[in-house]
This record gives sequence, structure tokens and C-alpha cells, in this order.
Amino acid sequence: MARIRNVAKKSRYAIEVSNLVKQYGDFKAVKGVSFKVKEGEIFGFLGPNGAGKTTTVHMLTTIIPPTSGVAKVAGHNIYERREDVRSKIGVVFQDPSLDDKLTGAENLNFHAMIYGMDRENRRAMIKEMLEMVELTDKADILIENYSGGMKRRLEIARGLLNKPKVLFLDEPTIGLDAQTRRHILDYILNLNKRYKLTVFITTHYIEEADYLCDRVAIIDHGTIVACDTPEKLKSGLNGDSITITLADKSSASALSKYIRKIKKIRDVKQNEAVLYVYVNDPASALASIMRAAYEERIEVLNIEIHKPSLEDVFIHYTGKGIREAEAEQNDRMRAMVRSRMR
Amino acid sequence: MNRDIAAVYVLWLRAMKRFVRSPSQIIGSVAMPVLFLLFLGAGFSSIKFPGIPAGISYITFLVPGIIGMSMLFAASFSGISLLWDRQFGFLKEVMVAPVSRTSILFGRVLGGLTTAIIQSTILIVISLFIGFRIPNVFALVITLGFMFLIGLIFISLGLIIASFMKDMQGFGLILNLLIFPLFFLSGAIYPITILPASVRYITMVNPLTYGVDGIRGALIGVSAFPIYIDFIVLSIVACIMLALGTYAFSKTKNV
Repeated sequence: MARIRNVAKKSRYAIEVSNLVKQYGDFKAVKGVSFKVKEGEIFGFLGPNGAGKTTTVHMLTTIIPPTSGVAKVAGHNIYERREDVRSKIGVVFQDPSLDDKLTGAENLNFHAMIYGMDRENRRAMIKEMLEMVELTDKADILIENYSGGMKRRLEIARGLLNKPKVLFLDEPTIGLDAQTRRHILDYILNLNKRYKLTVFITTHYIEEADYLCDRVAIIDHGTIVACDTPEKLKSGLNGDSITITLADKSSASALSKYIRKIKKIRDVKQNEAVLYVYVNDPASALASIMRAAYEERIEVLNIEIHKPSLEDVFIHYTGKGIREAEAEQNDRMRAMVRSRMR
Repeated sequence: MNRDIAAVYVLWLRAMKRFVRSPSQIIGSVAMPVLFLLFLGAGFSSIKFPGIPAGISYITFLVPGIIGMSMLFAASFSGISLLWDRQFGFLKEVMVAPVSRTSILFGRVLGGLTTAIIQSTILIVISLFIGFRIPNVFALVITLGFMFLIGLIFISLGLIIASFMKDMQGFGLILNLLIFPLFFLSGAIYPITILPASVRYITMVNPLTYGVDGIRGALIGVSAFPIYIDFIVLSIVACIMLALGTYAFSKTKNV
């Protein structure tokens, strides 16, 4: 499928952001973020509500002007060349942006017309996109009768009509049930593969970022605190850990001596009869550990592998879990509202 | 350029579809001027106003005024659609499209204008059933021209207010505060010539006065000013309001 092709060969980056700031009065919603997104990449913005994710999306999609800083999307400056940027992006906003007095097909058709597509092209693309999101038989129903998941899928279809180079998804699965969520994530993965589409997605679901993204930027209080592939972010911590329980302290000490000789073992810690082994690749390390135990005739009672999650990464960089971070945000909002009421 | 024209057309077509799909809105918006026409007509038709020439009944005098009122209400309240669209997110979809703000504004204005003219035309048809007579097609064309200009002015007014407002209650409150004085001081329900001089000056700066006067001149041949004066004044005001509307819309918040 060569329809959505990356033509802008000048730069290999679909998004280039340098020191982007958005300030509302005294409050800095985004405090100078910088990052680059390669063409064909799924790039995730992970952070709690109020971290500045949506504000960043609004700036990159030209809905609001940045206070300072520079950003290019699909090769065009987001402030000076707004219309060029707009014609090359597809956007699915956090809140639905469909006209609910129109049918699904009408919403798509109007969108395609505004983007200057001719009748033939419109008909073909709308048909293809409706099939992709499995809404062909719901096309002539008014949006007010759609479910939340259907609306989301239709919005994704709409965002792709104009064959964008970059698709922005702002919390695309918020408020949806687990099944629909997974469904939508798989659409996104599929799109990315089929069309080599660059995707910029914001989320506060850790599993989502892990499942979907090639690279993740962790954002907190308007600042990017870490940015890398989910694997590297996770292995940048202590790595995977293997917990080995042995019969007694002396056999634990004995085994630990042999384990230290195995390559790729980062660290071994002992607590009485329990060993904590930190490794990069637990599968191959496990085999070596088992062989050592067998050769030295040391009895192993129990083995557990713990893979670090992005949650661990989030805690590592921000000092708190993402849900705690959200609770803190809510407190701040409430305090703000209270001070305004006075 | 092509896309801009498409955007104007799409936003107009959207307004039409929404209009046709909400019959309660059509009935409600036509009912109010009809009630004004019936109740004012019933109450005042026995009074002899000095400014109304002999041979013209009060109800005949009143119909052009109520046409003006219908345009005033329908046009200025169409600005609320901007607030709806902001609240329900559709505004973002439009604002992120690669088209100029001006074409988005013109699409909205054209949509509001068409619905207001359709509503007022229904009112004209209803007035035929209570004995109103239109002299000829030419008079009707001139009437439509004045309806068009009144519509432009007050749609712009509605959009200007909506551009700076956040909530719908506030919008309704401010608009009512503005449009009721505009209606009562426009000569819609009595001739402005009977008003004391000081109040008459206020009516002279009210654009609706010239709209009602022009429609009345076209339909029943009674007007305080020559029709071309009405036309020129309204055209100038319409241009100014449209320019202000464009400016206000360019300053409005997208989210």
C-alpha cells in the first residue's frame, strides 16, 4: 500500500521539537521539551494527567501557539507554516470531535471535502477506512447513537482520510473498556506497519506505552524526564531480577560464588537463603544458573523471574507511581479551584 | 483556495442538515414571532397610531416589523452554535483543517444566514393566512435583500459575543440584554415618528430600524426614510460587523 508514503525525504524525522514551552500566566504547562521522532516510528508520551501531554499535542497540531521554542512536524514549522502542517497530519483529540447530528459517513465525507479530496478519491478512501475500523454497516447512523468505542474508531478513520504523514492520538483509549482498548491499540499497530505511518500517541496507561511504542518519553510536570525504547528504559534500571530460594544460607553462599562467574550477570545480592540475581537476559542466565546448581549439587527450592515494568521506570525517574502522580495533580487542581473561588 | 471554498460549502451544508434534523428548533423559532404578531395585532389593532397612514391596518404595519424581529432573533442566536461546537469538540476538528479562519467564519455566517432566512420566510407565508398581501415579486426580492443584510449584521454580532464567551448561559443573558432594546427601539411595533426626540435619536443608531423601514417600504409602501438610504446604511454596517466578526473569530480560543 503506497498511498500513505513518506515523501519528505529531506529530514528523516517526522517530528523535531526543540525547547518547546507553553505558559499560561504564571503556570508553565510545558517547560521546554525537546525530542525527535523518526519517520515510521510509534512515539509515546507517557505521564499522569496534567503532565503537559495534551498541551504538547495541541501545540504540535497548531491548535495553540507555543510560548517559545521551535518545532517541525512533517518538515514544516508548526507556527510559521501552520496550513502546511495541518494538511499533513491526522489528529484524534482526547475528547470526541465529531458532529453528533451527522451520520458517520457524513462526518467522514465533510472532513475529506475540507481537505480538498475529489469525489472519486473520497468515495474510495471512505470505503477503505470504514472497512478498516469495521464500521461499514454503521456508516449511515447518526453519531449520537454511536458508542464511545465506535466514535473513537470513526475518529481514527477520519484522521487517516487525508493520508497524513503523522497521526496524533491524544489518549485514544481513555474511557473505553479493556476489550475495545486492545482493539484500538491493534489498529494503531496495524496502521503503523501497513502504511509506515508515524504515530505520536499520549497515554497515562503504562501497559499501553509498553505494548505499542517504539520509543517512550516519560513526562512529568511539563518536563521530559527520560526518553528511550521501553526495553532500554527498563534495562536502564537494575535489569530483570531472578529470585532464587535455597535450602539454607551456606548453600546460598556457595551458589552465589558460582553464579558470579557466569557472564552477563550484573549483580548478585544475598539475603539469608535467598539470592537476588540481576541480569539483562534472564532466559539464558537461568539456564547457566541451573547448570551451576546441578553440577555443584545444590538444591534449589524456588525460582522467580521479575521483569521490570515501565511503572518501575516511572517510579525511578519521578520518585512516585503514576497513580500517585495523578492523585497529586488532582490535589493541586482542587487547591487552584479553591483559591479562585475565594 | 479550492479547499477554502470547500470549507465554506461544507460548513453551510452541515448547518442545513442540522437545521432539517431538528424540527423542534424550526417550530420553536417560528412560533415566537408568530405569537408576537398575533398578540400584538390583537391588542393594538384598535388603536390609531398617528404615524400609520389611513387605509393601512395595524396588523399590515406590524408584519414587516415582525419579519425584522424574526431575522434579529434567529441570526443573533445562531452564534450559540460556536459555543456548542467548542463545548462538544467539533470546533477543534474544524480548526485543525488546512483552511483559512476566514473561510470557516464565512461558512458559519452563510449557514446561520440561510436558516434565519428560511425561518423568516416561513413567517411571511404564515402572515399571508392572516390577511397580509405582498404587492408583487419585486417587493419580495427587495424584502429578501433586506433580510440578508439584517442577517449578516446580527449573525456577526452573535459570533462576536460567542467568540469572547465561555458558557452558553452567559451568551443568552448578554444577547437578550442587547436584542430586546434593539427590537423595541426599531420601529417594528410602532412608528418611530411618534417617539420623543431623545429616544428617536437612539433608534437612528439602531441598524434594525433601517432594516424594518426598508422591508416596510418594499412591502406596504410606508417608510420613514427612502429605501435606498436604508439599503446603504445597512450595507455599510454589515461590512463593519463582518470585519469585526472576522477579527473576533481570529482571536477566539480553539480549546
